[in-house]
Amino acid sequence: MDWGAIFTNAIESGLGIDGVYFALAAIGLNIHFGYAGLLNFGQSAFVAMGAYGLATSVSTWGLPFWVGILIGLGGSVVLAILLGIPTLRLRADYLAIVTIAAAEIIRLMLRSVSLKDTFGGTDGLQQYSGAFFEANPYPDDRQYGVGGVEFSSRDTWVMTVGWSLVALFCVLVWVLMNSPWGRVLKAIREDEDAVRSLGKNVYAYKMQALVLGGVIGATGGFVVALGQGSVTADSFGSETTFFLYTALILGGAARVFGPVVGAILFWSLLSLTDNVLRQAIANGHISDSIMTGTQVGQVRFMLVGLGLVLMLAFRPQGIFGDKKELALDAR
Amino acid sequence: MPDDMSGDAPSGPEWDFLRGDPDPIAAPLPAAPPSAGPSFGPSAEVFTPEPIEPPQIKSDHHAVALDALSGAAPEPGSPKPDPILMADAVVRRFGGLTAVDVTHLEVQRHSITALIGPNGAGKTTFFNLLTGFDKPDAGAWTFEGRVISGLPPHRVSRRGMVRTFQLTKALSKLSVLDNMRLGATGQRGEALWAAVLPPLWKRQEAAITARAMELLERFKLDDKAGEFAGTLSGGQRKLLEMARALMSSPQLVMLDEPMAGVNPALTQSLLGHVQSLRDDGMTVVFVEHDMDVVRHIADWVVVMAQGSVIAEGPPAAVMADDRVIDAYLGAHHDAPLSIEEEEERLAKAENELQAEIEQASADQSVEGGATP
Amino acid sequence: MARRLAGALAALVLALLAIPFLASPAAAEGEDLHGKLRNGDTAVADVRIFATDAGGTQIGETRSDAEGVWAIPLPGPGKYTVTLDAETLPEGVALRNADNASVTREILGGAETPQLFPLGEGRAVAKQDTIEWVQLTAEGLRFGLIIALAAVGLSLIYGTTGLVNFSHGELVTLGAMIAYWFNVEHGLQLIAAGALAVAVCGAAGGAQDALFWGVLRKRKTGLLAMMIISIGLALLVRYIYQYLFGGGNEAFTDYNSQTAVKPAGLPFALAPKDYWSMGIAAAALVLVLLALNMTRLGKATRAVADNPSLAAASGIDVDRVIRLVWAVGAALAGLAGVLLGLAQQVNFAMGFNILLLLFAAVTLGGLGSAAGALLGSLVIGLFIQLSTLWVSPELKNVGALGVLIVILLVRPQGILGRAERIG
Ligand SMILES: Nc1ncnc2c1ncn2[C@@H]1O[C@H](COP(=O)(O)OP(=O)(O)OP(=O)(O)O)[C@@H](O)[C@H]1O
Ligand SMILES: [Mg+2]
Repeated sequence: MDWGAIFTNAIESGLGIDGVYFALAAIGLNIHFGYAGLLNFGQSAFVAMGAYGLATSVSTWGLPFWVGILIGLGGSVVLAILLGIPTLRLRADYLAIVTIAAAEIIRLMLRSVSLKDTFGGTDGLQQYSGAFFEANPYPDDRQYGVGGVEFSSRDTWVMTVGWSLVALFCVLVWVLMNSPWGRVLKAIREDEDAVRSLGKNVYAYKMQALVLGGVIGATGGFVVALGQGSVTADSFGSETTFFLYTALILGGAARVFGPVVGAILFWSLLSLTDNVLRQAIANGHISDSIMTGTQVGQVRFMLVGLGLVLMLAFRPQGIFGDKKELALDAR
Repeated sequence: MPDDMSGDAPSGPEWDFLRGDPDPIAAPLPAAPPSAGPSFGPSAEVFTPEPIEPPQIKSDHHAVALDALSGAAPEPGSPKPDPILMADAVVRRFGGLTAVDVTHLEVQRHSITALIGPNGAGKTTFFNLLTGFDKPDAGAWTFEGRVISGLPPHRVSRRGMVRTFQLTKALSKLSVLDNMRLGATGQRGEALWAAVLPPLWKRQEAAITARAMELLERFKLDDKAGEFAGTLSGGQRKLLEMARALMSSPQLVMLDEPMAGVNPALTQSLLGHVQSLRDDGMTVVFVEHDMDVVRHIADWVVVMAQGSVIAEGPPAAVMADDRVIDAYLGAHHDAPLSIEEEEERLAKAENELQAEIEQASADQSVEGGATP
Repeated sequence: MARRLAGALAALVLALLAIPFLASPAAAEGEDLHGKLRNGDTAVADVRIFATDAGGTQIGETRSDAEGVWAIPLPGPGKYTVTLDAETLPEGVALRNADNASVTREILGGAETPQLFPLGEGRAVAKQDTIEWVQLTAEGLRFGLIIALAAVGLSLIYGTTGLVNFSHGELVTLGAMIAYWFNVEHGLQLIAAGALAVAVCGAAGGAQDALFWGVLRKRKTGLLAMMIISIGLALLVRYIYQYLFGGGNEAFTDYNSQTAVKPAGLPFALAPKDYWSMGIAAAALVLVLLALNMTRLGKATRAVADNPSLAAASGIDVDRVIRLVWAVGAALAGLAGVLLGLAQQVNFAMGFNILLLLFAAVTLGGLGSAAGALLGSLVIGLFIQLSTLWVSPELKNVGALGVLIVILLVRPQGILGRAERIG
């Protein structure tokens, strides 16, 4: 087994496009779930808004890149408001069901044959990232990285922008959560009625949190759209949201760096198990009758599921979290 | 704590006041839940019915309020000279059950008004309606002369009418100090755009913190300021919730059973606080089951039963009222309870007992640590 | 406690792994798409099938042989669209769903990928004499009754434990998988296989509560945490199914090709198995609702749903009631899986695919109410089918989920639900 390759792959996966995309989307989710206690199970829809907002504007409507970004951001604001109006007055469990339903509606619309001319059906959209890569300052004649962990010039450019956004949003979240605004938000997570009785407009705060987290999720959508060069509706299904929850809980909800650490860990661990299994199969350590190459992908999902169960049963505060300030508890 | 509170500790079964009544039906209640936990504080046996004494005047506001109320007729819906809150024809039904049906009610400014009534009388539901937490089937009410029925809870609170909850709502994953700061109104940093610019709100925040510490000191919680509210005992939470409500300097505070689950020693200090609110110029409406407490601090008592106001008046007059006694005891004696009702009451009593025992043991352990 | 939980988890995983190891096609080098065209039990030969790559260029074409078998070798991993030329189907045979003539698949390296084109006479034959909305109403009722089976269990579990169970869909799949194993792998007649599957599901539900959820409840795990745990469990179990069963659709051996029948002069036609499915589902639902209202245990269940601590105080063994609710709920879900497998074929994600519709049904009816769940399911089933009068069938679920959102906007506690108390 080539452990060197296994570990560099794991690190590349955690720091690469997937890692930065998940970090952004999970920072948004952390504002919803970690700080405001909103059980948003439709985060994948916000990511899709960003990705498809950009892709549709540029590749279908032929608009400039920046307009695509604005449309993606605007789309996520509109989605948050549309989603918030009916759901923010509901109990937490109803909210979960409605947001997951709304996300599913959006996915079905994006992949539908009737809207194929706009959204490209199940094939999705391509050819929207030209302007972004024209601004790429990294010459594409070489790889960038250290110690075997290397990225192409395109990936490096996307990662530079992506991780800068992550840093920016981490600072933003830190400032906000240490302000009176953040205090109200955390109080809402604990008990809405108490906050109402103190004269705060709970609905408005939840809406602001939903919009803010949604917009940050949409920037994750830009990153994944640019990093992968194509967008498909089915990559923004509810399982993506569940993965985001896994990453967030892994790193620790309601902590500024929780989602970032969680996203990196999540993808590194997935890549690690994936590569170990594939190599074991290739080298005959695992016989074909037990597991074939295609089944490795399924094992990875099983591990995510098992990980989620074990985390919540034994360490709901995340790997580095402190149980005392755990956002999630008996309700 | 005011001096006059130190003499007599309120205690005993909730309806002790009925013992002195010659009425034959005033026997001990069959399923009355004991109000105090096991073996601490003065017990029911040493309780002696107090003679009805004229109310002591404690402050200017108190004097004005008492004077005003002395002119009010002791009957349901009686008009008051200077009402801060007026409710009209308020009805709330849950399916077939009419939980609240109040024809008319006025609350005198600067008074302490007690709202009493048997379990399930609709007191909490009435509170919920008045403060906007629940929607009535009919009715309207005004606060400071302006209609507030239909306003959402936060708007009611901003008008100056702040409530607490029967089941305390301490925000357990926030520090005690943050709980307090949350209560302050008009905070600039609570707007999203301003929150990202700390210089805009840092000074205000410092002022709020100073005020919060001041209140915490008054409520003897200052040494807990940095701890998670979740670590407080039940009684301390009641204190915190009250202190938090005061951060907004309301005109009217509505306290839903502020003394429930609080041990007698703490009850005394809570009573002192409630009185000092009135003396500071606030109006207080509170729900209470313990008649000793009511007799001690209420200027006016409103009795609810089965959703409506059945009696009103000064404490002494109300407690001698036959309708009130019937409301507490009549149902048990005259109308046989259905099995479900019986079970429900039994379970409720058991739950309350359980809660009190837990409370008592929690308080005991807290006190045990403090006393040598 | 932690060790007990870990043991319980291990037991659960082992129990799930004990699910029959279903044969997947023998591995060989190179990618291909292949399948076997069957109309009921007869092979369908000489049907043209071709594949195109993502760019739209045709990369292979074939015709099914006398056994109905076809295969198209592929140049490598990637995304391909495989199309069945419906013109070349024999007289009287049609695709069961004409929308499925063309399917796009993501082919992984080294994978020989089975692709199924379900054939049958469909309702195309009897269609001339049906009135569309009546036909759709009948189909909606059938679907509504089937999802009601699963929704009632979901709702009862919520009512008694407060858990929003995201892994309920996997119980539906379990029913179908076990019935498939007995029926296809072991040649047991489908009715017997289905009955066995329902029994196994009931036992699995009870065991799941005893070994897993019950332990978590005792540890005082919060409801939100349990809800997320159920998501993890669903992921784990769903992909164990795929690991064992593969990604394709498979049909049961029995009742595959049935001609649609019109009941005495009415303008709709369904296959006999559909009438039987509806009858069985309705009977099971009536039985459960009657039991809830008439029997002591049923009343105890409703009491627990209403107020667990009160129920416990009046001498009801709450844990036993919850265990029973899990067993019955899982058995009903298993039955739903068998009937759904009969209607649409068996797939590892079949339960997951209806999960949101279950939530919609349960939420519409008001979380926790069994009668509400039934009512909600029928509304959802009817709405889904009838909406195809106006929107394309691929968007029919969009309408149902949209209705869910709109109803919650108007009545946040669901149709039959009650508002919660404050303070
Ligand atoms: N959300 C609700 N749904 C149905 N019934 C309710 C609801 N809220 C209150 N009730 C009923 O309304 C009646 C009045 O309840 P309420 O809580 O106002 O009584 P209370 O006077 O505060 O009693 P206690 O002294 O025990 O606190 C009770 O019979 C109660 O069961
Ligand atoms: Mg009450």
